[in-house]
Amino acid sequence: MAKRRAPSEFIVERDEYKCIRCLACVRMCSYEANFYDERENMVFTDNSKCVGCHFCEAICPTDAIRVIHNPLAIKQNAHWTGEVVSDIIKQAETGGVLLASMGNDKQHFSYFDRIILNASQVTNPSIDPLREPMEIRTFIGRKPESVDLEVENGSVLLKTEITPQLKLEVPIMFSAMSYGSISLNACKSLAKAAQMMGTFFNTGEGGLHKDLRQYGANMIVQCASGRFGVDMEYLNAGAAIEIKIGQGAKPGIGGHLPGEKVTEPISETRMIPVGTDAISPAPHHDIYSIEDLRQLIYALKEATRYEKPVGVKISAVHNVAPIASGIVRAGADFVVIDGIRGGTGATPKVIRDNVGIPIELAIAVVDQRLRDEGIRHLASIVVAGGIRNSADVIKAIALGADAVYIGTAALVSLGCHLCQKCYTGKCNWGIATQDPKLVKRLNPEIGARRAANLLRAWALEIKEMLGGMGINAIESLRGNRDQLRGVGLSEYELKLLGIKPAGEAW
Amino acid sequence: MVRIDASGLHYKELNETIRKLVDEGEKEIILDNVCGQRYIGCGLRGNDIKIEIVGTPGNDLAAFMDGATIIVRSNAQDGTANTMNRGKVIIHGDSGDITGHSMRGGRIYVKGNAGYRVGIHMKSYKNNFPVVIIGGFVRDFLAEYMAGGLLIVLGLETDESGNVVGNFVGTGMHGGELYIRGTVAEHQLGKEVKIHRVTDEDSNRIIPYLSEFCDDFGFSLDEILKKEFVKLKPYTHRPYGRLYAY
Repeated sequence: MAKRRAPSEFIVERDEYKCIRCLACVRMCSYEANFYDERENMVFTDNSKCVGCHFCEAICPTDAIRVIHNPLAIKQNAHWTGEVVSDIIKQAETGGVLLASMGNDKQHFSYFDRIILNASQVTNPSIDPLREPMEIRTFIGRKPESVDLEVENGSVLLKTEITPQLKLEVPIMFSAMSYGSISLNACKSLAKAAQMMGTFFNTGEGGLHKDLRQYGANMIVQCASGRFGVDMEYLNAGAAIEIKIGQGAKPGIGGHLPGEKVTEPISETRMIPVGTDAISPAPHHDIYSIEDLRQLIYALKEATRYEKPVGVKISAVHNVAPIASGIVRAGADFVVIDGIRGGTGATPKVIRDNVGIPIELAIAVVDQRLRDEGIRHLASIVVAGGIRNSADVIKAIALGADAVYIGTAALVSLGCHLCQKCYTGKCNWGIATQDPKLVKRLNPEIGARRAANLLRAWALEIKEMLGGMGINAIESLRGNRDQLRGVGLSEYELKLLGIKPAGEAW
Repeated sequence: MVRIDASGLHYKELNETIRKLVDEGEKEIILDNVCGQRYIGCGLRGNDIKIEIVGTPGNDLAAFMDGATIIVRSNAQDGTANTMNRGKVIIHGDSGDITGHSMRGGRIYVKGNAGYRVGIHMKSYKNNFPVVIIGGFVRDFLAEYMAGGLLIVLGLETDESGNVVGNFVGTGMHGGELYIRGTVAEHQLGKEVKIHRVTDEDSNRIIPYLSEFCDDFGFSLDEILKKEFVKLKPYTHRPYGRLYAY
């Protein structure tokens, strides 16, 4: 029988006239897609190996390469799309679970694009952030019911004891990406950028590399079901601890770092022998209930002497609001909610694309539930899952979030081209790889500057948008859904989001 | 040596007192009238610190502990030595579920029986080598996901149906060694483990731990060694290879 191969997704076109046969594209492609034919003195590409990362295109000194989509690889069909057919062919070949990386790329999940912001006109003056103070500093952690003050010789003293808080100069943090899922240079870039911008990065669940220790004041450490690298030194190393229950790209399932990726340095941070599978069970086996979660939250607080906020990260699922309420009541200082577009280094594609709910709805229903129950102040809400720009940030905050986590956007600032092949470990851009030759391509100093630039730019834009609404502190925007309007949404969706349709006045 | 009367104390108060004493240099603490207080010894560091518990400690005893020794004169509850890194926990009674969950080092010796999921996801790394010995029987899911270390169940007492271990023993196990004194039926095993004969080399490796266990509880090593052991090992450290399409 003639075997059907999955067609090439991309075509690498080479302008023969411009190509100087420097062979940079041949040497640099980690997927070995490009090759040189000496007899013909020609450079060719095996298109089936191209992942569309555009690295060869970027480094070609004469601009001779163009990576383009292969649109007619599979006969066009709205239901049986090229992706669907290719997936079936791959599974027929291997009999395996399809892996995917990054976040859900299906367009129909985005509510951000159908939400628009308000601005002041005539009746209330807008504020110019270039000339007037604009407050976007955010504190993550439990807030007291009320504040007791004492005035002594003209100075005001705070009498209420405030539990530990994270101070964010911009309401944007870098989400959990472990050393192992991304390279050390990528981790360093984000750690340094977090330090530069007065925000936080997150170690992910793979333990802590010794080079990242120095960024402890800007670090959140994660404690996940595998407990890899979790010891007292690790728990004390960061400014906060995050219990990871789930992530948006793989709600309800565990993680599995295959043995071949557990190299010497990875084995050191995860504290497991070289070459063994690192299995993170689907649940924490010491957490089968909210009461058990409370037990772990307080075990971590006891272990670190109540000096750090302890948060809990879950993926946004149907029951997210009552679950979040339980988490807050269990004593979490912050709740992290990761929506269906949340990214990952590797996940079964079917789960990434079909499990969970969009983050916009999750923020709205969680914020509402906590307000209705009178416990919104007991924990901060941090949201994640496909936040692409400052508009998404500000919409998330207006829907009820305190701050956001960004993963993909941060990686794009470091050079990621979203080829979604992180699971291969061959990232040409030096981000999702442990190959020393590839890792070297990412300079952590430059990476840090670029990631910090991104946050700086977003902060400026957030201030502009706030000013336009006549608001001078991000706190006044949090959960202020009057500033939002929906376009093209059903009445029920609008109700869940707690916003009015565009066109309706206050 | 300091004695603390724990009766009526909330765990937060009790543990704060213990931490304060340890910070001040106290090496030996005896807790009287303990009644369900959680997190005793949680995150405690220091190799020469000894805590003796009279009464029943609550869940997560010795969680994240890093070096101390804890002696419990009666039963312990769930989550004993959860994610423990170093140190030793000696329990003169029974221990509850997930005893030794995710522990990476140190020893837990239980004179009596233990609950479900004992030794789940234990792992070892370099000098960190966790050892759990249970004197009596254990319930289902023993050594689930076990990735490293040593687990021994002696069966000095058996459960209602005369078994030493429950069902699903070693499900997902991909590292470490598990010894059971007595027999275990094929149907009690998870699909990732196989039964092996105990070699002389194995015996030499586990006898020092057994001998320490006997010293701690006043058992006779000779008596214990009279009955044969079986060894359970994962047949692969990659139980989930060939699962994915690349």
